[in-house]
Amino acid sequence: MTAKPVLVRNGRLIDPASNTDAPRDLLLRNGKVADLSAPGKIKVRDADVIDAKGLVVAPGLIDIHVHLREPGQGYKETIATGSDAAAAGGFTTVCAMPNTTPINDSPEITRWMQSPDRGATVAVLPIAAATVGSRGEFLTNYAALKDAGAVAVTDDGRPILGDDIMLQALRAAASQALPVIQHAEDTRLTGGCSMNAGALAFRLGLRGMPVEAESSLVERDINLVRKVPNAHLHVAHLSTKKALDAVRAARKSGLHVTCEITPHHFALTEDRIGLYDTNAKMNPPLRGESDRAAMIEGLLDGTIDAIATDHAPHAAHEKEQEFDCAPNGIIGLETALGLAIRILHIEHKMPLAKVLALLTARPAQALGLQGKGTLATGSSADLVLFDPAATWTFHAAGSKSTSKNTPFDGWELSGRLQTTIAVGRVVFGK
Amino acid sequence: MANRRSQSATAQSPSPSLFSQPIHPGSAISATDFSVLEVRRILESADLLEAENPFRRAERLAKRRVALLFYESSTRTRTSFELAAKALGADTTLVSSLSSSIEKGESLKDTGITLKALGAECIILRSPYSGGPYLLARATGLPVLNAGDGMAEHPSQALLDLRTILQFLQIAPRKIGEKALRGVTVTICGDILHSRVARSNALLLPRLGANVVLCGPPALLPETAACMTPGIVIERDFDAALRASTIVMMLRIQAERLSGLQIDLDDYRSRYQANADRIAVHAPKALLMHPGPIIRGMEITAEVADGPQSAIAQQVHNGVAIRMALLVRALGEAKKGARR
Repeated sequence: MTAKPVLVRNGRLIDPASNTDAPRDLLLRNGKVADLSAPGKIKVRDADVIDAKGLVVAPGLIDIHVHLREPGQGYKETIATGSDAAAAGGFTTVCAMPNTTPINDSPEITRWMQSPDRGATVAVLPIAAATVGSRGEFLTNYAALKDAGAVAVTDDGRPILGDDIMLQALRAAASQALPVIQHAEDTRLTGGCSMNAGALAFRLGLRGMPVEAESSLVERDINLVRKVPNAHLHVAHLSTKKALDAVRAARKSGLHVTCEITPHHFALTEDRIGLYDTNAKMNPPLRGESDRAAMIEGLLDGTIDAIATDHAPHAAHEKEQEFDCAPNGIIGLETALGLAIRILHIEHKMPLAKVLALLTARPAQALGLQGKGTLATGSSADLVLFDPAATWTFHAAGSKSTSKNTPFDGWELSGRLQTTIAVGRVVFGK
Repeated sequence: MANRRSQSATAQSPSPSLFSQPIHPGSAISATDFSVLEVRRILESADLLEAENPFRRAERLAKRRVALLFYESSTRTRTSFELAAKALGADTTLVSSLSSSIEKGESLKDTGITLKALGAECIILRSPYSGGPYLLARATGLPVLNAGDGMAEHPSQALLDLRTILQFLQIAPRKIGEKALRGVTVTICGDILHSRVARSNALLLPRLGANVVLCGPPALLPETAACMTPGIVIERDFDAALRASTIVMMLRIQAERLSGLQIDLDDYRSRYQANADRIAVHAPKALLMHPGPIIRGMEITAEVADGPQSAIAQQVHNGVAIRMALLVRALGEAKKGARR
């Protein structure tokens, strides 16, 4: 089926990858950006026209850290509903973590997740388990996983603690040009913990995860990267100044170390827990104000490569439990852009192009996603249209996700999404 | 695929988050739930109820339904709440984790909804999890009395401790105000980290003007403890703390919550045990308290626990009167309709 060409006209194109911020019309044909010209220059008959007057036209957003819960946990989310939520948040590419049931440690599951039968409306790129069953014992087959479409390896949620196995993973991944993503948490220091360590944890009678549980593992991993030529370590959802400083120093010394942070870690502090609200329970936990400020700093100075949501749907009955018993995580796909614009662009004066880079070109570069995150002629027709000046209120009940676990219910956000286009097709539109 | 989507759409819950549901104002979950004026009223009410003719008293909550939901073992707290409810004429039922559907995996929320459907008008909860009572209160809309939640709080214990302190200092409840305990130093010594009693007392007593000194080894008393509220200091030297104290509260080491923490017990005893020699030298006039259960020979010797300065039995005795006052506070207002 050949769809009609789409002409997006009168918009303000912001394409950080090509350093463009200018009025442009775009012609999308056969799932690609076919033409890119000054307003009114593209002459085409029989095209669907989208008027983008007053809107920013940007590359479709890329989220390199989501949990889509399939296979096995469809009551929380499916690849279909998760990709709908992605589209509703402006994302056209999401990277799906392997902690499914069963764990995605095989080419078969990696392929199954990408099958058209899953009904994904945006691109879903699997990240496969780094070790068999994510048990931290034996490496999976990285060559076969890459061949099946995996873009990285990780044991997300079950950090690789053993020095030997982490070293093996870095070596094997380097030979396949794959990043190793680490959820940096020394779980030997966090047993029974459900929030950030400190005065608030003491007051609430909850056990706290020390900052060092994150930073010590990041430091350990960086030392291992030094031993492996061409190794690429990507630190998932970094949350502490101490770990960020370690990444900054590693980068200065020329190592290939990248990192991402979540919107909630730059938007919220542990105070959001209030009276044991499990919608503020996640791992890594919300930290104190000094760590939150350091995350903003790291975004502004460029140390942080990407904003990634760690979208983690959980059913209401799982979250409506005592704080210690509830699972970690929140949904995040539909609030990421609005939070980034509100907090980074409006409150911290980060140029819009730089905010968008953290959601497009830079995550694509961090995980080596070829041809993603740009709107150059010939690239995939993945784009998002939004009104940067409009504010809107997020209502969890209206989320496209199967789950509604979010600390941002009722928040006023900035940058109202108008249309999301994936491979030339409108996948979300008001 | 459209089918997969529509299924999830119908599964959407239109109801707002449980965590935005209101908490019944008759609840007593934290020591910070009470204004100073309310503390005075509760203690006055305790005096009145204790002195009242038992037959008249039994009409106050006649046939009202009170559920005791206990997920942890308890002797003092459970018995005194039960006796308090019965003394007021209420019907009580005990649900404990070992003899109920809790064992089958029923959640706290569902258990609460079940008790409410059975007619419970107030639930007294002991939970191994900090914050459990807030969840139960939000899920049921009923007044919830916290009989101890995890490491967080034990507000009725703090109130009965306050009553014991006021009796010792011969201060009448009507004198309770922000300066009632000015000049009084209360040392709480032992396993502060795991103690809900310590937290509730440390949150309550400074608001009445008391100085609270927390004492214990760093492993059981992190520096962050002093941040809880103004009026708290940390003193690692027990003898020094004793010399400054009018009141001394001893706590046991909560072996069930240590979670891998290693404590040298001989060293602990030598530094922090309330024994006869130490008390005679450093605090010969202080009131010695302990919320129980006591581990004789560990944090306190038998000689001190049973000695003339000990208020341990008086504390237990005061529990019934305080819990009667809390039940009347919780249920007395229910007839007028819950304020929200």
